[in-house]
Amino acid sequence: MNPPSLFTAARNVFMRDLTIALRRSTDVLTPLMFFLIVVTLFPLGVGPEANLLRTMAPGVIWVAALLATMLSLGRLFSNDYADGTLEQLALAPHPLPLLVLAKVCAHWVLTGLPLVAMSPLLALQLNLEPRQMATLVTTLLLGTPVLSLLGSIGAALTLGLRGGGVLVSLLVLPLYTPILIFGAGAVSARAFGLDAEAHLSLLAAFLILGAVFAPWAAAAALRISLD
Amino acid sequence: MLSYAAPKNFYPFAGKLIPWIGFAAVVTLAFGLYLGLFVAPADYQQGQSYRIMFIHVPSAWMSMFVYVVMAAAGAASLVWKTKLAEVLASACAPIGASFTLITLVTGSLWGKPMWGTWWAWDARLTSELILLFLYIGVMALQASIDDPRRAARAAAVLALVGVVNIPVIHFSVEWWNTLHQPASVSKLGMPSIHPSMLAPLLLMAVGFKLYFVAMVLVRMRYQILERERHTQWVAQVVESEK
Repeated sequence: MNPPSLFTAARNVFMRDLTIALRRSTDVLTPLMFFLIVVTLFPLGVGPEANLLRTMAPGVIWVAALLATMLSLGRLFSNDYADGTLEQLALAPHPLPLLVLAKVCAHWVLTGLPLVAMSPLLALQLNLEPRQMATLVTTLLLGTPVLSLLGSIGAALTLGLRGGGVLVSLLVLPLYTPILIFGAGAVSARAFGLDAEAHLSLLAAFLILGAVFAPWAAAAALRISLD
Repeated sequence: MLSYAAPKNFYPFAGKLIPWIGFAAVVTLAFGLYLGLFVAPADYQQGQSYRIMFIHVPSAWMSMFVYVVMAAAGAASLVWKTKLAEVLASACAPIGASFTLITLVTGSLWGKPMWGTWWAWDARLTSELILLFLYIGVMALQASIDDPRRAARAAAVLALVGVVNIPVIHFSVEWWNTLHQPASVSKLGMPSIHPSMLAPLLLMAVGFKLYFVAMVLVRMRYQILERERHTQWVAQVVESEK
């Protein structure tokens, strides 16, 4: 029997991850609820003053998105590692980086995309100005896939380790800083009526670089973890 | 020359090198400190307190240099699977983290009299802090994997990802900062430096490098002993040291 083509293999991995996750939908909802709760805590902590919240909103929403993505990274590989699927993927005739990319895409559809969809609601809560809204959604659309891509490296490195969940935050969060800076920076710039195009271009550049290089690093890390 | 890459030959060779390099480091550092603390004139703006620069600037250079060494050794260990490169990479991490910490602490001590604050969200300060986090990540990853070879390879991947990211992080932080408060970047901007201050600075930089080489060799020797503890030659070394 011939192995399926490259594209079919990647699509199968992608669809499989989606199907599994949707059958256990609480897994998908938990990071989303976390995102909602963290953002809700900020007004309680710093006070309900509308102007203060408006200034803080881009940073708060972005940091919450970072943390929510990071919390969901455990789901990326650990179940497949536990039941041996990951070893089968590594043995497959297809290049592992491509299969990893398919898994990362599924992870983004399940985590990043819901975060993006929910962000306008939170932005309203924090009194973000209407002209910032579109920028917020665009930055999250460009930035959250990078979070999933970089996160996949951390998730692959900490596979099967004790204290993996906390460790992954230590590895991944410093790498997230550029995304946070330009993501939140673009939204803040819009508040002053400035153009956010430079920020968005850089985020897009990170996305392209991440999509090209991160799967290779994650695949190398997976092979080390599977040894 | 290549035969020194075998741990068995490297161990005694490094043992012979360490006293010489360590001695050179002590002499260079002592001379550099003497020139820096007693001979160099006081700064016309900063008075005496600028002298912390002779510790601060070389350790800042080292903090980046050691990370690059660690990543290069990691790459070598991934490509050629040499044990010595793995040992070198993992010996670098704590030393580099210490240099980063020294940079942050001395910078903070210097910042208080000069800027009137212990900490400013200046571009360089922030990227140095993130560098410390990257070091801590590498060390934490190494510590949580029991098998030393697997730990070394995982840490090498992380160090390589980090080394790609360091320029990106640095420039993003710089841009982020200049967007908010453009004045503070020029605060740190070093004016052209007088030779009487440059000489001790360069001496200290060389001294720090020598110190790093000596320390890394010491750490590598201990790690080699621990990794090879089941071999014949380590048993002989332990026997002869008794």
